[in-house]
Amino acid sequence: MSRAKISREEVLHLARLSRLRLDEAEVEPMRAELDALLVYMEELAGLELEGVEPTPQMLESDEGGRDDELQPSLDRALVLEAAPEVQDGAFAVPQVMERQ
Amino acid sequence: MSVPALEPLFEGVVRQAEAIAEGRLGALELARAYLDRIDALDPQLGAYLHVDREGALAAAAAVDRRRAAGESLGPLAGVPLAIKDNLCTRGMPTTCASRFLEGYRPPYDAHVVERLRAQGAVILGKTNLDEFAMGSSNESSAFFAARNPWDTSRVPGGSSGGSAVATAAGLAAASLGSDTGGSVRQPAAFCGVTALKPTYGRISRYGLVAFASSLDQVGPIGRSVRDVARLFTAIAGHDPRDATSSTRPLDAHARAAEGGARGKRIGVLRSELEAADLEIRAPIEAALGLLEAAGARLEEISLPHARHAVSIYYVIATAEASSNLARFDGMRYGARQPGPGLLETYEASRSKGFGPEVRRRILLGTYVLSAGYQDAYYLRAERARTRLREDYARAFERVDLLAGPVTPTAAFRLDEKAKDPLAMYLSDVFTLPASLAGVPALSAPVGFTPSGLPVGLQLTAPAFEEARLFELGAALEPRLGCAERRPPLAAS
Repeated sequence: MSRAKISREEVLHLARLSRLRLDEAEVEPMRAELDALLVYMEELAGLELEGVEPTPQMLESDEGGRDDELQPSLDRALVLEAAPEVQDGAFAVPQVMERQ
Repeated sequence: MSVPALEPLFEGVVRQAEAIAEGRLGALELARAYLDRIDALDPQLGAYLHVDREGALAAAAAVDRRRAAGESLGPLAGVPLAIKDNLCTRGMPTTCASRFLEGYRPPYDAHVVERLRAQGAVILGKTNLDEFAMGSSNESSAFFAARNPWDTSRVPGGSSGGSAVATAAGLAAASLGSDTGGSVRQPAAFCGVTALKPTYGRISRYGLVAFASSLDQVGPIGRSVRDVARLFTAIAGHDPRDATSSTRPLDAHARAAEGGARGKRIGVLRSELEAADLEIRAPIEAALGLLEAAGARLEEISLPHARHAVSIYYVIATAEASSNLARFDGMRYGARQPGPGLLETYEASRSKGFGPEVRRRILLGTYVLSAGYQDAYYLRAERARTRLREDYARAFERVDLLAGPVTPTAAFRLDEKAKDPLAMYLSDVFTLPASLAGVPALSAPVGFTPSGLPVGLQLTAPAFEEARLFELGAALEPRLGCAERRPPLAAS
């Protein structure tokens, strides 16, 4: 693999950005799979796309959002039933900030 | 009243609803028959991740009571349906076939589930899929792979594999799936049933777990065009809870499935046909011949950018997936794997919760969106998508519909492509273009390969012209007669 599109370091960086952890044994197979896909996708480079507008979403131009009115939301107790951890009627999460 | 045990199970949605409304068939009796058949056959097929026996029997009994009391019944009253497990169902598990959501029960129903229930449908359970709808074979399900009822050594297709299997094997009257790049059309083709990928925006996605938001659509799978049209009419239309849901009125669809090929201009996708296996091509050519004999006019047409669809799609879909799946952090729902701090908790929860295919797509999507690569991949793909949409627009200036294959091959064997992501992605090549262009497409069975595997025809229409698909599909169906053939299954 002399002309690899993606390196081991890049895979580890992507994993950090995506909040995923790869076991040591997973890194090289994942790198090789991503590399094969990126090599295939190289073919897009051959397309003449100068000045073409992108299509990032599919909404019709006349579709507006709904009016910004207060709506009833889901029942809190029902929502919290699915939570991994609950405290005082709220989602309990790991500590976010360090104590001073 | 004494209906032969198996018959009503394959009658389909429209005829079952009719029989129930007229009192020729009891809803409870029908639901029981399906539940018994699921018990007998699903251990070898793996179509269901969850069967809601009690809920189904209660809903069916309620339909019988309403009828006995002379109350009006909805258009789907007593019809037993299966729902793909990435559509939220209140009080029933919704796992997306992922360890991350194992045991999760949503506090609300998806819009489409709400609509089905309101019309009297009986929900039998939740069907198997590729994890988070990412896959083309059902093998990426974190729980078990569903199997093709025509040959259980083969895949049923994906990602809505369980829904297609349930419909084909008589384990539900019909089903709902979702389609991001072919996920109802390809499994329908592999399993010998009919499916619609509607126009982008035609059906609300409220309560559909998001994979790629510029592509995802809910789609019905049934045993006939008429059944698919009935389900489509039941679930389509505007919903203010989905900002991408179209406000266009639906009345054009009410007259769906009237039938008639005469005068229809059909653009035949010749290069796609030639790229498909001969055993796929032959039954499709025969079906096109029947349409021509029935008065349709065929002409050859090409979508020049369709051959780039795999690259365009796997850039865009993974980019959107990497963003959509960021919400699975183990804080508000799903499985939390505690770590020493917040970051470690995120990483542990996501790494344990997501399987290899989902992780691969998140990583690829993160790559194509990252600084330095975004222009080369993501932006290029979005521009190429515009070109592909223009191809469709030009084609539909000349013809009313396009016709071609759904898949390059018939159902492949389990494990045949599971270790080679690129080979798996390339198997989606014919269904991806309609998803990228946002146009509706119907997958309908047109015959069998010499070894007895189903073959599907794909019809594509301009945006919001689902009625054209139903019309042509319904014209073709009785001329083929392949909907009557049933998979050779026996209880193990």
